Amino acid sequence: MSLLAVEEMTKVFGGLIAVDDLAFSVEEGSIMGLIGPNGAGKTTVFNCITGNYTPERGRIFFDGLPITGFKPHRIVELGIARTFQTIRLFARLPALENVLAGRHCRMRAGLLACMFHTPAQRQEEAAALERCMEELRFVGLAQRHDEAAGNLSYGNQRLLEIARALATDPKLLILDEPAGGMNHQETDALAETIRAIRERGVTVLLVEHDMRLVMRVCEKLVVLEHGALIAQGAPDAVRGDPAVIEAYLGAENDRW
Amino acid sequence: MELFFQQVLNGFAVGGIYALVALGYTMVYGVLKLINFAHGDLFAIGAYLGLTLLVSCNLAGILPPLFVMPVVFLMVGLLVALIGFLLERAAYRPLRQAHRLSAVVSALGASIFFQNAVMLIYGARFYVYPDFLRPDFTVSVFGHSLSGIRLLVILASIMLMVMLSAFIHRTKTGAAIRAVAIDQDAARLMGINVDKVISLVFLIGPGLGGTAGLMVGLCYGQIDFTMGWSYGLKAFTSAILGGIGNIPGAMLGGLLLGLVESLSAAYVSMAWKDAIAFLALILILIIRPTGILGERAAEKL
Amino acid sequence: MRFASRAISSLALGALVLALPLFCDAYWLDVCVSIGLYTLLALSLNVILGQAGIFHMGHAAFFAVGAYVTAILNTQAHWPIFAVLPAAGAASAVFALAVARPIIHLRGDYLLVVTIGIVEIVRIALLNDMGGLTGGANGVFGIARPVFFGFKIVKSVHFHYLVWGMVGVSLALFHSLWNSRFGRALNCIKEDDIAAECCGVDVARYKLTAFVLGAFWAGAAGTVYAAKMTTIAPESFNFMESVIIFAVVILSGGSQLGILASSFLFIGLPELLREFSSARMLIFGLAMMMMMIWRPQGLLPPGRRRYRIPGLSGAGGEAGG
Repeated sequence: MSLLAVEEMTKVFGGLIAVDDLAFSVEEGSIMGLIGPNGAGKTTVFNCITGNYTPERGRIFFDGLPITGFKPHRIVELGIARTFQTIRLFARLPALENVLAGRHCRMRAGLLACMFHTPAQRQEEAAALERCMEELRFVGLAQRHDEAAGNLSYGNQRLLEIARALATDPKLLILDEPAGGMNHQETDALAETIRAIRERGVTVLLVEHDMRLVMRVCEKLVVLEHGALIAQGAPDAVRGDPAVIEAYLGAENDRW
Repeated sequence: MELFFQQVLNGFAVGGIYALVALGYTMVYGVLKLINFAHGDLFAIGAYLGLTLLVSCNLAGILPPLFVMPVVFLMVGLLVALIGFLLERAAYRPLRQAHRLSAVVSALGASIFFQNAVMLIYGARFYVYPDFLRPDFTVSVFGHSLSGIRLLVILASIMLMVMLSAFIHRTKTGAAIRAVAIDQDAARLMGINVDKVISLVFLIGPGLGGTAGLMVGLCYGQIDFTMGWSYGLKAFTSAILGGIGNIPGAMLGGLLLGLVESLSAAYVSMAWKDAIAFLALILILIIRPTGILGERAAEKL
Repeated sequence: MRFASRAISSLALGALVLALPLFCDAYWLDVCVSIGLYTLLALSLNVILGQAGIFHMGHAAFFAVGAYVTAILNTQAHWPIFAVLPAAGAASAVFALAVARPIIHLRGDYLLVVTIGIVEIVRIALLNDMGGLTGGANGVFGIARPVFFGFKIVKSVHFHYLVWGMVGVSLALFHSLWNSRFGRALNCIKEDDIAAECCGVDVARYKLTAFVLGAFWAGAAGTVYAAKMTTIAPESFNFMESVIIFAVVILSGGSQLGILASSFLFIGLPELLREFSSARMLIFGLAMMMMMIWRPQGLLPPGRRRYRIPGLSGAGGEAGG
């Protein structure tokens, strides 16, 4: 059974059809890429899956459970974590607290436990701290845990967003243009990180413009144009697909 | 039916005044994203200045009757505009880069300052505009006799609003104001002098507010130093109701609030009319979270 | 270092508050009680306004509900004050839940105006003697003094220790709250509520909980106020009260120490200006402007939370990066 299944999804913005009757699925344990020219509706698809938008039509199943119309925080609890195309860290909070924010949904201490710092609360807090430091270490930012997120470099901010997402214990991680603003070296390192994430048993779905990265890490691609699916399959097969070439050459000159 | 028409007229009269004051709130909010809590007190200052000019300076006796009102309206408008201009320089400009709520506290301080300045200068008692300044005539409309002065207030406020709309939408300066309201940085890059535009807004808004204060004096006769709070609260409720930052919204919100208030005073309860007005605000915001004409800000992701 | 200096100044302040009755006459002790009450109100508003960044200018409404519930339960049902205290807090909390629930999603200034509207509605309802219980414009009088294990709290000095004892407890509890997942969640909401929602924080629930918690405290402060004054009237809970509590929080910068300092300034200053009699509020308004211009970020912004980082030294072998 696939981990995520999208069926007949349609999203309209004031008459403009952003996503048109889209259906695709993501297999558990895979790294899948969602690509397409600018304005193809990739981020909109993400926002529908993560509950930020409610699609006009269609169903989304996660682990067999229909999640359409759930609030974003519920969807995170169920195991879908995301990063943002335009970085959305808590810029004035230290890096560590950004990751702790991701851990929040796996913690249980209630209002009173937090006011009285009960033993259970302290224990949970210590465990969360350890786990979050692990995530920072995983993306290579452990030494900078005390730095305000806004002071980190662009590339490091993207990594911090990944750490924050991983701290939620996701089954599926959705990365929205994770290589945006990164140089070649950083992108190469990112490819390693994405593979390492999959090694941890997390399924990855990514939207990306950097075709080098997509071709290197993705096992399957779904190609969108004008909100509709035009091709899907293994990267090599998709690369040769005439509809895909047409869409890209007609729209812009992304590097292949 | 007689009562109904009377109340609708009263509602529009007070609503027109709310709308004029609300314009000052909404324009300042548009360019600074600040609720200028002192605006209500500038309006009260307008009412007091009008009284001083008309009675103490005896302009009503010196000037030929036909000129009295236009001249006094102009003078009050200009004087209050000047105070507004100075207020922005002293209390808000130093806080331009600070957190929004710091400026709000400064505005609240300015409001307390102005209110007490009026009280110290004029005393805590209420003042009455003498009757000879408030011609008591009625006009017959569709067989209903309506208070002439209230009709005049409605007409004057509509005229001022139309003039303002024309200014904002048809002139280059108006375009600059709209540009600054949308994006200060982009406006600056386009060569607009943002500081000048903000100063201009702080001349126009208080100017209109001051004339509204004078209208209250002429229309209702009685003024007191706390009127800045009471009318001010209603006026910015109007601005929010219409969608803050939106000029037609402020007008619509003002008229609507005036109407709700006067109808509920007549048909529900005089004592509860303010509570009903706020309840109406809350209900409308539950249905439309950004006011009647406010843009539904799409959440950018 | 900063942490140490804060700890020292906190201790010094605590000692000062304990010692105040030695230097103060009854009048100034009343002022101290009043400062303590505002501190309680500001600490509770700080959870909503300072921590969660919700523009709430209607805290006097919750204070009023607590005070009136106290007055009514005490004068009509003869509940002792300390038994009323939790009930008043709970009543305020329930009231807050009911009014905040439909409006919690409003943004910024829209919420600000709605909360002002709530204060006005509450004041008008009290003024109009709703349900024949609130006594209209005259309010309720004859509220009993609290009795603490047989000790009757009557004098200003008794109230001084009662109120400041409550402030001490509140400081400790709110500090713990700040330094927990709850406090962090509120800070995330303040920074970026959409990002907070997307990393798993139930934003609406946390905002609502902040409201309810703040209202509970304001209600409890209302009990103490009612017991101290023995008479309460609607005019004690007007918009101006909300404004002052709001201004205390903004001027404080958001830290608890800042709130103490800011309460002393705001409530103490007008008392020092008594000799200017009628010009007092004029100077007060001017001071409000000048203080914000002098310190736009507030007196003392909150410090960083401190974490005991496990095994940082061995953070050498980093995977993936």
